[in-house]
Amino acid sequence: MSTRTATVASRVGLHARPASLFVQAAAATGLPVTVAVGEGVPVDARSILMVMGLGAKHGDQVTLTAEGEGADAALDSLVELVETDHDA
Amino acid sequence: MPELHPLLHGVGVGTGAAVGTAVVLAPAARPPADEPADPGAGPRVREAFEAVAAELRRRAETAGGTTGEVLQATALMAADPGLLAVVDQRLAAGSGPATAVDEAVEQFCAVLAASGPYLAERVTDLRDVRDRVVARVLGLPEPGVPQLTGPSVVVARDLAPADTAALDLSLVVGIVTELGGPTSHTAIIAAQFDIPCVVRAAGALALPAGTDVALDARAGTVTPDPPRAVRAEISARRAARAALAASAGGPGRTADGTAVQLLANVGTLEDADRAAALDVEGVGLFRTEVLFLDRAGAPSLAEQTDAYAWVFTAFGDRKVVVRTLDAGADKPLAFVEVAAEENPALGVRGLRTSRRHPELLTTQLAALAAAAERTGTHPWVMAPMVSTPAEAAQFAAQARAAGLPTVGAMVEVPAAALRARQLVAAGLDFVSIGTNDLTQYAMAADRLEGDLADLLDPWQPAVLQLVQATGTVEVPVGVCGEAARDPLLALVLVGLGVRSLSMAAAAVPAVRFALSRTDLGTCVEMAGAALAADSPQDARRAAARSADADVLAL
Repeated sequence: MSTRTATVASRVGLHARPASLFVQAAAATGLPVTVAVGEGVPVDARSILMVMGLGAKHGDQVTLTAEGEGADAALDSLVELVETDHDA
Repeated sequence: MPELHPLLHGVGVGTGAAVGTAVVLAPAARPPADEPADPGAGPRVREAFEAVAAELRRRAETAGGTTGEVLQATALMAADPGLLAVVDQRLAAGSGPATAVDEAVEQFCAVLAASGPYLAERVTDLRDVRDRVVARVLGLPEPGVPQLTGPSVVVARDLAPADTAALDLSLVVGIVTELGGPTSHTAIIAAQFDIPCVVRAAGALALPAGTDVALDARAGTVTPDPPRAVRAEISARRAARAALAASAGGPGRTADGTAVQLLANVGTLEDADRAAALDVEGVGLFRTEVLFLDRAGAPSLAEQTDAYAWVFTAFGDRKVVVRTLDAGADKPLAFVEVAAEENPALGVRGLRTSRRHPELLTTQLAALAAAAERTGTHPWVMAPMVSTPAEAAQFAAQARAAGLPTVGAMVEVPAAALRARQLVAAGLDFVSIGTNDLTQYAMAADRLEGDLADLLDPWQPAVLQLVQATGTVEVPVGVCGEAARDPLLALVLVGLGVRSLSMAAAAVPAVRFALSRTDLGTCVEMAGAALAADSPQDARRAAARSADADVLAL
């Protein structure tokens, strides 16, 4: 199991367009990816409703985990996505 | 003997009338209260979700822009594995299929609603997904707009922007809604296309689809199965309106020759082209925010210059009044996310946006100046939501420095109306009263709040008093707002000192006619009578007493 932490860069947090992009990218990995805010309960990163329901705000730390082949590379690209300001 | 349906009463938008076939937008289907359990329904329910997701993806691709992104996110919700997992749980627990969908959606709505204001809109989108899925699961038509085949009166609870986008407006002769208000999305669309409209007509959804209805916006009534006399009256009124539109022309003047400019409100470049082909004296309100609204980033200097030059060219020597970016509140911009506001209408909007994003205004003014130079025209430029002389002075200085010599401000807040003299002294060449916002702020009633329609009436004497306070300044005073398109109210506004009226271009002929039948003294008399009234209804009645009979018949 691979794990990464990332800081939410978008000013609106992990909502709206950033959430939509993140969830689509998570689903595209084909792996079971989860996301949690800080030490909170992880949720399915492929579910936009679960991800938005986390209420992750700008500057929050999120923890990503994934399992399976290519998990490390998949998480690296997701970290990059979370740490990009999509509203800029 | 056919069943007789009672006359419905609502709030009329505009003064027109029409007869057409009622087309009722299907209201959302709800799960039956006693829906039996069906644990094997999983695949069927999934299929319904997938079909809705596919349709939303298709629409997202067609729409593009910000709308496309919203539809794309909505499609993701319709295919959400978390949501489908909860639906499966509810089915296993013994809920019926449609009920399971409803329960799962409401569970997520509660989570989203608790996660802050950004997600409130997503709740609406998620419930829209639910309505579509529930309809499919129950084998009922999806909510939305049916294909129109002839002159139609569209009947709906309220029209969403998505509904209007799907409507063939060339076949819509009237609109009736149960909700909404005189400044709601529905009403604005109706004004834009000069479609008679009655909002807040209780019981409208019970009108049987396919029957003829007569709609009278001036009276605020909807008559199902109209008797021959009603049909004849409406047809005569429409003919009279069309005749006067064809007969009168040219610049607006009172009967005794006072010039009152008749201008058009335009948003898109297509609007501008349409309006430029009509007999109007120019543009009184070019709403530039349309260029900014449907996109992820601000338009560039070059792109804005091209757009403004297009409009200036379309109107040539005619006057064009440009309003700089009016964003915020009901017009959020995707690329200027402001902190969540408790009261967006009282927040960072209009000119105030430039406090946080000065570059938006700087670029826009530069683009306007470049477009003016390229086309050899002299646009008037005004800022929205100016409240103090200091703001007026700063905007005027900035616009002039950019090379735009004719500068004004919108009067939309009571502070600006009461201190119009000081605003002008701060360096303005003209002011333009935005009656929709001015009414909202004068009456402390959200302009999108249909339940407060009575307070949002521009005939409110308090609003007229604020117009009067503005109407005494020494520079040109205009009105650009829905108030200007009501011929009787237009006369009152002229009586209060207003000398230009900007409205949906389609409304100009009726206002021109009303002016041509009324001298300035009568306008002043009507204004005085309206100001002395205690309610909007009384104000209208009082003004009507001095009006020409042909004007009242419009």
